[in-house]
Amino acid sequence: MFDNFELFLTTLLRGAPLTVAATGGGIVLTILLSFVAGLAMLSRSRWVRFLARVYVEGWRGTSEVVQLFWIYFAVPLLVGFQLVPLWAGILVLGLNHGAYGAEIVRGAVNAVPRAQHEGAIALNLGPAQRIRKVILPQAFVEMVPPFNNLFIQLLKSSSLLSLITVTEITNQGVQVLVPNYTGQALTIFLIMLVLYLILSLVITVVMRLVERWAARVAGRPATARARVTGELGI
Amino acid sequence: MGGWDWGFVSQIMPTLLRGLLVTFEATLLGSVLAFALGLVLALLRRAGIPVVSRLVWLFIEFVRSTPLLVQLYFLFFVLPDFGIRLSSLTAGVIGLGVHYACYTAEVYRAGIEGVPRAQWEAATALSLPRHRTWTRVILPQAVPRVLPALGNYVISMFKETPLLLAIGVIDLVGAAKEAGAGAYRYVEPYTLAGLLFLLLSYPAAVLVRRLERRVGH
Repeated sequence: MFDNFELFLTTLLRGAPLTVAATGGGIVLTILLSFVAGLAMLSRSRWVRFLARVYVEGWRGTSEVVQLFWIYFAVPLLVGFQLVPLWAGILVLGLNHGAYGAEIVRGAVNAVPRAQHEGAIALNLGPAQRIRKVILPQAFVEMVPPFNNLFIQLLKSSSLLSLITVTEITNQGVQVLVPNYTGQALTIFLIMLVLYLILSLVITVVMRLVERWAARVAGRPATARARVTGELGI
Repeated sequence: MGGWDWGFVSQIMPTLLRGLLVTFEATLLGSVLAFALGLVLALLRRAGIPVVSRLVWLFIEFVRSTPLLVQLYFLFFVLPDFGIRLSSLTAGVIGLGVHYACYTAEVYRAGIEGVPRAQWEAATALSLPRHRTWTRVILPQAVPRVLPALGNYVISMFKETPLLLAIGVIDLVGAAKEAGAGAYRYVEPYTLAGLLFLLLSYPAAVLVRRLERRVGH
């Protein structure tokens, strides 16, 4: 069963840089859009709130596969040029998960007690300072665990890019290995699944460190969860 | 090229709606499987047999940390090597059901643990038999708590059924893909597919949010 283990592993690992690039790019775009749209949903201007809502509901309400095919196959016919598959993928991963992330940001900011706003006003801080120095550092601690889940979802969604010819891990397995090594699909898929498991563990470990850092910045003791990770030295 | 062609829209609409029926079918069957299997997983974890609950936990974490698409391919390509041949739709429904069962199991667990300990103690004090404690005391309080979360997972699953096109199921998006490839026009099929998803999932999401608020807090 494990005759070609090394060959399978190296072939699949050849797809890993693209999986990592798509996930990393998607995460950066997700963070950006989450904060922009999340804070926009809390804006005082009705129009800004409305636009942010339309983005969030529109991207959460449709299927990610449709979004990917739409950007990759339909948009080029409308605008006359085609995105490189990887960039189209990163764009869709970011836009889709950014819509979910916006709700995380909005929820976390709303969860900061009112007294904190009032305290900041009493200290004569301006609106920008209130958000940046008082509200966001506290909200940020609350955001980390849900963002951890969201980033793992994003990693899993990066496998969709195999459908638009990005040669990431899933594509390497299904297009390159499976057709050429019939009868050995079990080994191929087990390696593939374990690779994804390892990548999602990496995300979780990094996010625990971020959580510890965020708690320190906000002047709180680290949560039990983050402390355990710290003591294990991972 | 480009532009919106209503003639083409009316030509492909029947194909898309046939695809939508398959999407419904997969979502419905997948949800039933996810609800049932999720309950089994949740009860196995609670059963108090350390090895079993450890294994179930590992299985749940593993499935939740790996892509549904890869799991679907797994069912479709690996099982035939062991003499199990499934149709695309069956493999797809099993894939959706097992994947989401690992999420609903956590929902049930949280729902059952959300019932205060005192309720169990009161049931013991009244010397209610075990099955009546469950049917009359615990479940009536746990079920309303878990309904919104389960609803959300049905909506998520609905939006993930297009993954089944990768193993050959002609769902809504699969139908859109075929309609588009036939005429090399992709704008109308994919835009319509997106709008149909939005039209169906947004009202459902609003309903679930209302339910969430009512059960609430």
